[in-house]
Amino acid sequence: MSKANLLDRRAVVGQLLAERKDAIVVGGLGASTYDIAAAGDHDRNLYLWGAMGGAVMIGLGIALAQPKLPVVVITGDGEMLMGMGSLATVGLQKPGNLTIVVLDNEVYGETGGQASHTAATVDLVGVAQACGIADARAIATIAEIEAYAPGLQDVSSGPRFASVKIDSANLERVLSSRDGQYTVTRIRGALGFGPI
Amino acid sequence: MHARTEPSSETAAETAPSWPEDIFAILQRFDVRQVPYVPDAGHSQLIERVLGASSMRAVPLTTEEEGVALLAGAWAGGQRGVLLMQSSGVGNCVNMLSLTQIFRFPFLTLVTMRGEWGEFNPWQVPMGSSTAGVFELSGIKVLRASHPDEVREVVEAGAGQAYNACTPTAVLLSQRLIGAKVFTK
Repeated sequence: MSKANLLDRRAVVGQLLAERKDAIVVGGLGASTYDIAAAGDHDRNLYLWGAMGGAVMIGLGIALAQPKLPVVVITGDGEMLMGMGSLATVGLQKPGNLTIVVLDNEVYGETGGQASHTAATVDLVGVAQACGIADARAIATIAEIEAYAPGLQDVSSGPRFASVKIDSANLERVLSSRDGQYTVTRIRGALGFGPI
Repeated sequence: MHARTEPSSETAAETAPSWPEDIFAILQRFDVRQVPYVPDAGHSQLIERVLGASSMRAVPLTTEEEGVALLAGAWAGGQRGVLLMQSSGVGNCVNMLSLTQIFRFPFLTLVTMRGEWGEFNPWQVPMGSSTAGVFELSGIKVLRASHPDEVREVVEAGAGQAYNACTPTAVLLSQRLIGAKVFTK
């Protein structure tokens, strides 16, 4: 199943977030959330343990509320496929500060490695472009990730979409908090918003 | 194609209902900033007002569940929102409604009802009949307005408990209020 020269997901996310500064990061259900946790817990991380298909829209809601802050959604191909319409919604809203990175291993890794649509037919970069996200690209090397990461800080040239083909190896889970109220309250606190 | 009968007037053109204006004023007062929607004829007047409001961001959706997730993100980012949809869209939201309990965020949705009160299209009836039940099973409080003169107080109560008490709330706007959709050849 594993193909040669595919990127290591932890290395990709670690590189993307190494100089994150004030960015808010949303991790989609599944291994993407573990990857973000592995890169280091942060009070601006929102870890999703459910709501499959909702990662991009949660990121859009944050991006519209905080247009001066970079917002990065990191999710998997299966989670993205379930919320593919949200790319159309993002393409219409055109938030300059939103970046969507899909870690595409072409399988549903959490559920036994069943093939996803991207393994055979679906081109998510093409979908994003067709939805009006002009900066949509496929990334294949760590050097490209390194070059791409600083652009996440640019809050006026998005939305951006990148699909990164990664190795499908299941890595050790790095468990973040599963308490949604805790993580959302923590983000709100970091942004200066208190409880009700 | 989206015409509805006007239940309390002779000529629709000269008597646009005032309750959508009441709703808009309430949303403004509660500082609602993000307004995701899937269009419905019953919401058309309110959607027009939102599209013209500089303080509000109208966000057309491809499916209603996107709106639940958007409002969760809005809350994380410090803004309030409201989801506008019709009853048939409620079923599209079910799993995403988990977010209202997981994040305990101030979820408010205004739902125009189909499938009741003089409905012509039987395809609207199953979801319209289960709309309130689906919300209740999902932990969402349900309020309903059926007459123009009660819309203001019902929506105000719904917005109050949603935004002040983080109590997820759906306000159903009855088909009796909106008027049954008219299908003509």
